Amino acid sequence: MINDTLTLAERALVRLPRNPDMLLAFTVQPIMFVLLFAFVFGGAIETPGYGDYIDFLIPGMIVQQICFGGFATALGLAEDMTKGLIDRFRSLPTARASVLAGRTLADVATNLLSVAILLATGLVIGFRFDAGVPEILAGLGLLLLFGYAFSWIFALIGMSVSSPEAANGVGFTLIFPITFISSAFVPVASMPAGLEQVAEANPVSVVVDAIRALWLGGEMGNSLWLSVVWCFVLIAVFAPLAVRKYRMSASA
Amino acid sequence: MRFEEPAISAQGLVKSFGDVRALDGVDLEAAPGTVLGVLGPNGAGKTTSVRVLTTLLEPDGGQARVAGLDVVKDAPRLRSRIGLAGQYAAVDENLTGIENLTMVGRLYGNKRAVAKRRAAELLERFSLSDAGSRPAKTYSGGMRRRLDLAAALVASPPVLFLDEPTTGLDPRSRIELWTAIEELVGEGTTVLLTTQYLEEADRLADRIAVIDHGHVIAEGTADELKARVGGLRVEVTLTHGAAAFAAMTALESMSDEPVRVDGPLVSVQVDERAGAIMEAARRLSQAGVGAEDIAVRRPTLDDVFLSLTGHATVEDQDVPELVEVAA
Repeated sequence: MINDTLTLAERALVRLPRNPDMLLAFTVQPIMFVLLFAFVFGGAIETPGYGDYIDFLIPGMIVQQICFGGFATALGLAEDMTKGLIDRFRSLPTARASVLAGRTLADVATNLLSVAILLATGLVIGFRFDAGVPEILAGLGLLLLFGYAFSWIFALIGMSVSSPEAANGVGFTLIFPITFISSAFVPVASMPAGLEQVAEANPVSVVVDAIRALWLGGEMGNSLWLSVVWCFVLIAVFAPLAVRKYRMSASA
Repeated sequence: MRFEEPAISAQGLVKSFGDVRALDGVDLEAAPGTVLGVLGPNGAGKTTSVRVLTTLLEPDGGQARVAGLDVVKDAPRLRSRIGLAGQYAAVDENLTGIENLTMVGRLYGNKRAVAKRRAAELLERFSLSDAGSRPAKTYSGGMRRRLDLAAALVASPPVLFLDEPTTGLDPRSRIELWTAIEELVGEGTTVLLTTQYLEEADRLADRIAVIDHGHVIAEGTADELKARVGGLRVEVTLTHGAAAFAAMTALESMSDEPVRVDGPLVSVQVDERAGAIMEAARRLSQAGVGAEDIAVRRPTLDDVFLSLTGHATVEDQDVPELVEVAA
């Protein structure tokens, strides 16, 4: 199982650079988003308690990018389904869950790359940590865990749709509201009543708040342990659903 | 002599998808080291049969054993003894030839070095060595099918399933693939091959199962099947404008079987070659029907299929209209 998973994770990573669209999504796109938000919206958004919008923005932007990280899993699985590769894997003496586990594991590596690119971009335009190395690393660990949890949501999407295009549509329609109705880009207090409560309860907000507390100092409250609980809940719910869907798709 | 279990045996396989009964009691058998051709039109149940026999689908009923193992109960162990290639099993287009085969080797549980060595061997064997380090998306259709076949052979499986392996290939690539399959069978591999091409079954298969609407409607060697539709036929090519009806009337008393008309071709079954052409020519000239060509030919698998199912193998619009007139 472990060997199969690593083999398939390696496969996902080897093919990534040969797929220019995907590579662009993991490198240039996040930089573009940071620059647009920092310089187009930045001046208009009040972030009380944070020195600068860029400090406020970078953790939010990284969490959003992390949420999108699992796209490679959804697109990859949908493609494997339509091209018959899933049949090939199924006909091999390969552990059943490893096709999904390999994909989601590969996402961890691409997420790490995205985080590094976003942090570097942030540091260039003025983002500064106000934390020690352990807090920075703890934040990084939380980001990767959260990204891993989202990869399982995408795995379920990838197994449920009929084509890569459909995976794309479903993914965007789902992830944009989830990441925007949160504390990622604006303080939730600025939202209308109702929406504010939704944003506060959103796991994306919980994780963004935890990362801000870890990297910029400030009030941690419950956000760190709540983030970790959210990650495990998402994995516990979506990993079995995705694996079940994978098994069932054989008889369809 | 030791009693040998068939390499592939299936009894009464049933599989439904919703209201559609894709398999309605399929029986198949192949002795070790032989090729079983499964012949039938699209939607007859060929691919579903392969998917059941390769553990991709669990049947709703019936049972099947492959390489001595039950396809349901022993599925995990069976997977290391079979190879699957063809129309639907595939290769990763973004990986190179060698990466594809190495990946498959490692998924069979081999160490990287072992998998790499085997990959190089297979690329060599299928004349893909030069293309081995190029992504598969740069390959031609024929090269891709060869890589696909190579992937099915990574673990040197004793039983190989080829689902329409040459569908969509140009004639040259088709013959190359046939040669490769014949070599494998020569080495003792058992092959189950599904195809829509009678020519392919005729050339490769030791025994042929004709499948239609989810069950096997005939089984035997190509010769046995041809013998079932009767012996030789005299085939007359009418000159342009000649009356097919007059030709039919002239020829119908030559046989108890109906005269068949297919465009300008009129044919009738005969018992022996000697004299058949002369007799047909005499009757036609008496009736004043012009013929461009008169020949005696053995039945093809097309004739077999037509007489067994009442429709041609490939159900497309180009199939000429057939008229059958009772004698």
